[in-house]
Amino acid sequence: MNGYRIAAAAAMLAALAACAAPPAATAVDPYAGGRYTGAVPPGALPGGSAEEFRRTAGDTVLFPENDATLDGTARATLARQAAWLKQHGSFSTVIEGHSDEQGTREYNLALGARRASAVQEYLILQGLEPGRIRTSSYGKERPVEVCSTPDCQVRNRRAVTVVMPGAGV
Amino acid sequence: MSPLARPATTRSAPLRPALLAPLAAALLLAIAPMASLAQGLTASDMTNMAQEESDGPLRIEITGGQVEAMPIALAPFFDEGGAGDLAARIQEVVTADLTGTDLFREIPVSAHVARPEGFDAPVAYPDWRAINAEALIVGAVSLQDGRVTAKFRLYDVFSGQPLGDGMQFDADQTGWRRVAHKVADQVYARITGESPYFDSRVVFVSETGPKDARLKRIGIMDYDGANPLWVTDDSALVVSPRFSPDGSQLLYTSFQNGLPQVMLMDVATLSAWPLKQDAGTMSFAPRFSPDGRWIVYSREQGGNTDIWQMDVATGAERPLTETAAIETSPSYSPDGRRIVFESDQSGSQQIYVMPADGSAEPTRLSFGEGSYGTPAWSPKGDLIAFTRRNGDKFHIGVMRPDGTEEKLLTESFLDEGPTWAPNGRVVMFTRQTPGGDGTPRLHSVDVTGRNMRPLDIEGAASDPDWGPLLP
Repeated sequence: MNGYRIAAAAAMLAALAACAAPPAATAVDPYAGGRYTGAVPPGALPGGSAEEFRRTAGDTVLFPENDATLDGTARATLARQAAWLKQHGSFSTVIEGHSDEQGTREYNLALGARRASAVQEYLILQGLEPGRIRTSSYGKERPVEVCSTPDCQVRNRRAVTVVMPGAGV
Repeated sequence: MSPLARPATTRSAPLRPALLAPLAAALLLAIAPMASLAQGLTASDMTNMAQEESDGPLRIEITGGQVEAMPIALAPFFDEGGAGDLAARIQEVVTADLTGTDLFREIPVSAHVARPEGFDAPVAYPDWRAINAEALIVGAVSLQDGRVTAKFRLYDVFSGQPLGDGMQFDADQTGWRRVAHKVADQVYARITGESPYFDSRVVFVSETGPKDARLKRIGIMDYDGANPLWVTDDSALVVSPRFSPDGSQLLYTSFQNGLPQVMLMDVATLSAWPLKQDAGTMSFAPRFSPDGRWIVYSREQGGNTDIWQMDVATGAERPLTETAAIETSPSYSPDGRRIVFESDQSGSQQIYVMPADGSAEPTRLSFGEGSYGTPAWSPKGDLIAFTRRNGDKFHIGVMRPDGTEEKLLTESFLDEGPTWAPNGRVVMFTRQTPGGDGTPRLHSVDVTGRNMRPLDIEGAASDPDWGPLLP
């Protein structure tokens, strides 16, 4: 562990020494403020929890192959999600779009983003503040089912609404 | 404005890679002192048959047809001082490089009837004709003060002449495999007439852990899988690394901020910075232009993905496509004037080409059944490699830059992401097997569709990008 840190320090020194002109930090990293922690504290919080959200509203909607269309089942789930989020105004969300493994890595990142955005738009139509809902895409990188049968692929073509305490921007 | 948002964390990686530049600089090339000695000595040995067969110099034409591997002999490399087993190890790498192309077949030493008396001794061509060797390689290795020197001569056995001058290469001892690759590159180039590719590196993603919680880190290795070095750790998901034209920088996509974001890394220092990225957008699928002046990448906003271009010097960005469809996986032509990419604007993913400044409507190139993606323009300019999905099969294929002469090179459950050897003769790609144990591995195949083989590396790997031939 110590060696690791020393290696890092050595690399830092090497960076300082070897990289004569490191690029200037003129632009602002929008994520430097650590808005997305990716971690949800365990246990029930006053006024709801991520677990309760999953249980009562359902956090996942599914999509057809190569498609970001929301069917009736998906819209019903999103209506419940919107209702829950309206009741729990202290929560913000990240919508994570995912795909099945049938497709190239880069296209699936774009497809996951399209799915996440479809969910985001629907939640906004339900009256949620846009600032509470951000999107991400994992493409085919994070399957929920690892088998390669059609049934498994169906469950991997999904968008997951992750709720976090903190009302967003 | 700088294209780089801020000097982010210096990567802590277990090993600093053996740097491209210093090693390359240490590699000397000496031709002059090694003039060909054997010329004229064996003219009398030349038979009419041999002269008829070798109309012109020894040459393999690499074509689509079934080529029989050329039988070659490597006389045991001489130890000219301190080399020890390094002579044999260098010879092994030279042999593996050449026979790994499937264009050459080694005649084992046990079949040799004679051995040259020394590196500079005249070659007794009849001894090598007797075992049907068409080419003979004589080599010698020495090791002094931590530096390894390897030299070789190549002989056209049937015409009884040296094929080019002898050459010698010199490197730090740790770079002994590069010396071997340089020797093999010379032999390959002289016999095939193609530019070489053995002394090159591949950046890739190493994968560990279960399929639903994969850990990924970026590594750089020799083209044959040796000497892997890790340039990121696996604390954040990373995908699709790509070399800059000279191999000194990497572009890749990291999830370290919870969403896909293009990063730029300096390979020598392992420092990495995110490319400037507006809030509420994602970026991925980056590539450099051949002159290193531009970066093209996919930028997502509001669910729509277009191709954007960044001026590396100024950080100025602009969109090259503006459709409601997904446009991604851009790749420059080697002259930098055109960009090939994929779009689903027709309803399925297809390959399109446009001027590199986006000044004209894209032209669709792919029209076969199924969908096409991840186009990669050959460094020779003559072909575009791609991934094609048709039904439940995936293929790696190639087509002309005008979309004609499509040829599928592979077929499997999931093949994707071709990348070209520096000479445009070999394509490397990811092949993933199905199911819960499904594992991605790197494979390579000749542009002719021959010589399909997995890369000899430990563990799962994906997303190869083949770097330039090293100087």
